[in-house]
Amino acid sequence: MQFTFNEEQDQLRATAQKFLADKSPTVEVRRIMATTEGYDPAVWTQLSSELGFTATHIPEAYGGLGLSYAELGIVFEEMGRSLLCAPFFATSLAATAVMNVATESEKSDLLPNIATGNRIATFAVFETAGKWGSDSIKLSAENNRLNGIKRYVLDGHIADLLIVVARTNDGNESDGIGFFLIDGNAPGLRRRLVNTVDATRKLSELEFVDVTARRLGGDGDQTAKLEDTLDLAAIALANEMVGGAQRLVDETVKYAVERIQFGRAIGSFQAIKHKCADMLLDVEMAKSAAYYAAAAAASHDPELPALASLAKASASEAFTRIAAECIQIHGGIGFTWDNDTHLWFKRAKSSEVFFGDPTYHKEQLINRWQH
Amino acid sequence: MDPISAKQLRQELRAWLESNWDPNASLIEWRTKLTESGWGMPTWPSQWFGKDLPQALNPIVEEEFARINAVTVARTGIRLLAAATILEHGNDDQKSRYLPRILTGEDTWCQLFSEPGSGSDLAGAITRADFDGTHWIVNGQKVWTTSAHHADHGLLLARTNWDAPKHDGLSYFVIDMHQPGVSVHPLKQMNGHASFNQVFFTDAVVAPENQVDRIGNGWKVAMTTLMHERRSADALRTVHRDHDLTGRIYDEERDETATVMEPYKWYPQRAGRVDLVFERASETGKIDDVVVRQAIAELMIKARTAEWTARRARAAQQQGRPQGPEGSLGKLAASHVARQASKVHTMISGSDSMLEGEDGPLAGLIAEILVSVPATSIAGGTDEIQRNIIAERVLGMPKEPRMDTGPFRDVMKNPGPAA
Repeated sequence: MQFTFNEEQDQLRATAQKFLADKSPTVEVRRIMATTEGYDPAVWTQLSSELGFTATHIPEAYGGLGLSYAELGIVFEEMGRSLLCAPFFATSLAATAVMNVATESEKSDLLPNIATGNRIATFAVFETAGKWGSDSIKLSAENNRLNGIKRYVLDGHIADLLIVVARTNDGNESDGIGFFLIDGNAPGLRRRLVNTVDATRKLSELEFVDVTARRLGGDGDQTAKLEDTLDLAAIALANEMVGGAQRLVDETVKYAVERIQFGRAIGSFQAIKHKCADMLLDVEMAKSAAYYAAAAAASHDPELPALASLAKASASEAFTRIAAECIQIHGGIGFTWDNDTHLWFKRAKSSEVFFGDPTYHKEQLINRWQH
Repeated sequence: MDPISAKQLRQELRAWLESNWDPNASLIEWRTKLTESGWGMPTWPSQWFGKDLPQALNPIVEEEFARINAVTVARTGIRLLAAATILEHGNDDQKSRYLPRILTGEDTWCQLFSEPGSGSDLAGAITRADFDGTHWIVNGQKVWTTSAHHADHGLLLARTNWDAPKHDGLSYFVIDMHQPGVSVHPLKQMNGHASFNQVFFTDAVVAPENQVDRIGNGWKVAMTTLMHERRSADALRTVHRDHDLTGRIYDEERDETATVMEPYKWYPQRAGRVDLVFERASETGKIDDVVVRQAIAELMIKARTAEWTARRARAAQQQGRPQGPEGSLGKLAASHVARQASKVHTMISGSDSMLEGEDGPLAGLIAEILVSVPATSIAGGTDEIQRNIIAERVLGMPKEPRMDTGPFRDVMKNPGPAA
């Protein structure tokens, strides 16, 4: 297992950092999060077709860069640090789903357009609040016609392509979970942008009434593929979260050193210093888990499911604790709309319950280690 | 001289070991050979019992010794901290007098730094050394001294100037522990063990030639000792030999290891014994309790991420990359792991957590965990001091305003012998 980043990976991080610092300062985050689309098409074009971030983990045979999940983790971490508003997570996750289930010809058909960013894609899986496992899928697929509801769909309101997880109901023994592809403007699909606490992540609710879909990856139960996709999503999210958490640690320390009360910088008080040291410990431990899980995904480690849960639980708790302490140390100004810290606080909240909250993942962790 | 190649080194050492290694030699006889030949501490200067070997080649030496189960020079306890300090700050006479007997294991050492009145604030030591014209006369008390009861020499940090600022009034000495002015008493801990000692000095005597470095430079010398303590886990490093190895030298080595390691027998319990958690949860049936499962998961997350964080630090170091903040966090992480483990063991054992000895779970082992864990967040620097270090050195945050500047005589202190 690799415990440091190599030179190419450092280079990738530097490129992403530079680009994102330039394109996603908080003034831009605030501008874009107030729009319905939730992204800037010019920036999207640059980050996808020019810099290839959307192509990171897609194999070269399908127009991607052929890098591993370790590199994808780096990109996610930097996206989280800069709070980039763009359908990156949605599109990258849809690519993961396609790579996991689709046939060669389906991959050749779909992945090149995702890699270049020509198509914004998303992955529609969750239906019920507080249910994140494959057993919670109820949306019905009968003769490739979808009926039901999907909720908490990332960028579902703008996606050109949707990969939808459904429960097949064809009367076969192989009935179970299936992955389906539909267009964003498919007849019978109703999409509604929902109001979210974290305006940097656009979520939508999708209603399916007899929507004709294309099954991906042929017949047969795809439960295992779904679980693998969800694990990889949790790992990507964990890496995104540690990026955001590190940004908050940096901002907090900067503020504590600048802010004067009682004739001295508040950062010279042990009450504040100790909180900052704990925040650093939290983020570094969570990083270790996120990096380890990403490296495990890159090397197809059999322990991957447990590691995904570990990384997600660790990142969720670290990020929410750090976000709360960050606002606390900022004091009154930290509770104002004009101060930027709430942007990450809200991202921490939305990330905490996305793809499984810490309680869910801790149970999964024990469950997966027991079996 | 050209630098030696890895291949040459291996050949040369192999040949030397072939003609010299004898499992039936006495420990001291063999280690004397190692010391005289330089193969005992090959990275030391050739002038001082070493071979000027670059650190990067040392693993080859370790491999060759391990390959034939050859015994090394004495490394356990604080011997090597003493050796490193004397090598760096001692004069030629001190080096030739002390170093060989450290390496052969003939002499044992102890470290006399902490005092009842200065724990976290080590430089606030008030044990005093006064020069009477011919000797240094030592009065005061040290505490938390491992192995003082069988040590031949002590590394002593004492105050020689009360008018200088705190750090500048300290000096460093080697003190003979076998003298009437030195009295050693075991210090019983809350877990019932007595792994440390209190050492009392009443007009104890140090000859001027046992002053290390110059008077007033003691803090700097002590930092060298502590740096080596942090850098290496030597104090706890033991050789794990197969039990079936026979020969006089192995018997003697086993006796030596047993003596040195005796004080540390509860250390695994102090770290929380995470390794026992799944087994205990299964045999008690608590593994089916959803609340316990959450607590176990929290423990496992802490334990695994602490391990990976340490490995990130090591990997960066090995590649010669600048170490990130992960290197300073291990101790704080270990405290969190130990506390959570203690909590989980209590949840698993329930009412049995109240029982110890033969009445307690695992013949008292669980009870020993519960009453040993508090040491983890104190020993070797409290969590609070660790947080200060992390905040100031890693995050670059400002220090607290100091209250201990100016002549040490005027600095507020705990009650103790007057200046």
